[in-house]
Amino acid sequence: MTPYERPVGVHPPLDYPAYRSTEFRAPKKAPVLLPHGLTEITGPVYGSSPVTAADADLTTRYPQEAMGQRIIVAGRVLDSDGRAVPDTLVEIWQANAAGRYRHKADDHPAPLDQNFDGAGRCMTDSEGRYRFITIKPGAYPWGNHYNAWRPAHIHFSLFGRAFTQRLITQMYFPDDPLFSQDPIFNSVPEEEARQAMIAEFDLGLTVPAWGLGFTWDIVLRGRSATVFEGG
Amino acid sequence: MSLPITPSQTIGPYLAIGLPWPDGSFVVPQGTAGAITITGQVLDGQGKILPDAMVETWQADEDGRFDHAEDPRGARKPQTEGFRGFGRCPTDENGWYRIVTVKPGTFPGPDGGTEAPHLDVSVFSRGLLDRVVTRIYFAEETGANAADPVLAQVPADRRDTLLASAATPGEYRFDIRLQGDRETVFFDV
Ligand SMILES: [Fe+2]
Repeated sequence: MTPYERPVGVHPPLDYPAYRSTEFRAPKKAPVLLPHGLTEITGPVYGSSPVTAADADLTTRYPQEAMGQRIIVAGRVLDSDGRAVPDTLVEIWQANAAGRYRHKADDHPAPLDQNFDGAGRCMTDSEGRYRFITIKPGAYPWGNHYNAWRPAHIHFSLFGRAFTQRLITQMYFPDDPLFSQDPIFNSVPEEEARQAMIAEFDLGLTVPAWGLGFTWDIVLRGRSATVFEGG
Repeated sequence: MSLPITPSQTIGPYLAIGLPWPDGSFVVPQGTAGAITITGQVLDGQGKILPDAMVETWQADEDGRFDHAEDPRGARKPQTEGFRGFGRCPTDENGWYRIVTVKPGTFPGPDGGTEAPHLDVSVFSRGLLDRVVTRIYFAEETGANAADPVLAQVPADRRDTLLASAATPGEYRFDIRLQGDRETVFFDV
């Protein structure tokens, strides 16, 4: 069985003091290398309940439309070797247009929107495509350091086709002036990898007189290139 | 072709908005004969519980098979009706998670040998920029554990951090310590 690649410099280090919550949560001991056996090269593919088209539209599930800038966020889920990942569950959650989450722990004094809960899910199609309709989330303050603000982002959860490919990440928007002061964005060591978290404005995806389009492809670990077939 | 891989980012404090599933804890349906429960707390380096973490599990069925195209023995529907292999449970306000499942079987390891019954575990939380991965083994499987090729790579004095044990038959306890003297063994997956 072919193992998955183990990328270097892509994922953030767990020990990253600039993000203060890591202090007592990031493990201190070196991890033990886990060879990729059957548990690792297999994985769950479907969600627990059927996903409907309405689950991918965060703007129209309440009596009134959600407040804010209507956007379409779409793209493909791929392996790093370029293969599409079809029929895989994509889950998202986000703040509303004012930068407030519908969560009891969020005490940011910005308005809640009764017509927006901030959760969405969809399955990729046969070519690995996903598509959400939502509103652009606002930036929000947090307590990491004085005057700390998170750049606008949407949280994404992905399964891929194997346990090794499981990924939780955040999608950002182009040209955000808050990137430079955000330790979570900057925890990713390599510039190319940081850029891979930023969606692109897409005029082709933009619907005339209706909503702005942002394209974002998500690339999961592929099969290792260093393993050769025998013979 | 090699595309740039999308990096991990923290799950943050607000995962409860989008990720909990009503039946997330149930790898097998409620009331399944022979089901076991695995419960535990997730703790930080100060011994404080994490009320905002999420634990996920993935495992073989009771026969050690995966209903998945990558199982070289062929994908096969599990004997246990409704078994889905996957569990997801956010921790509650006291740091507890709970998974209801069946004990997995053994199967061949990637480099020979036989893997003892185990669950792969991902832990996500605020303060973790990437998931951490561990494994749950079963304390009573002494023979299978002694032959397990992965446990063999774990320092002997830390192996017990990977063992779930049952004070009452079928009710296992498995705590996850992110730091400290008894830090759980985590794997580079
Ligand atoms: Fe967030």
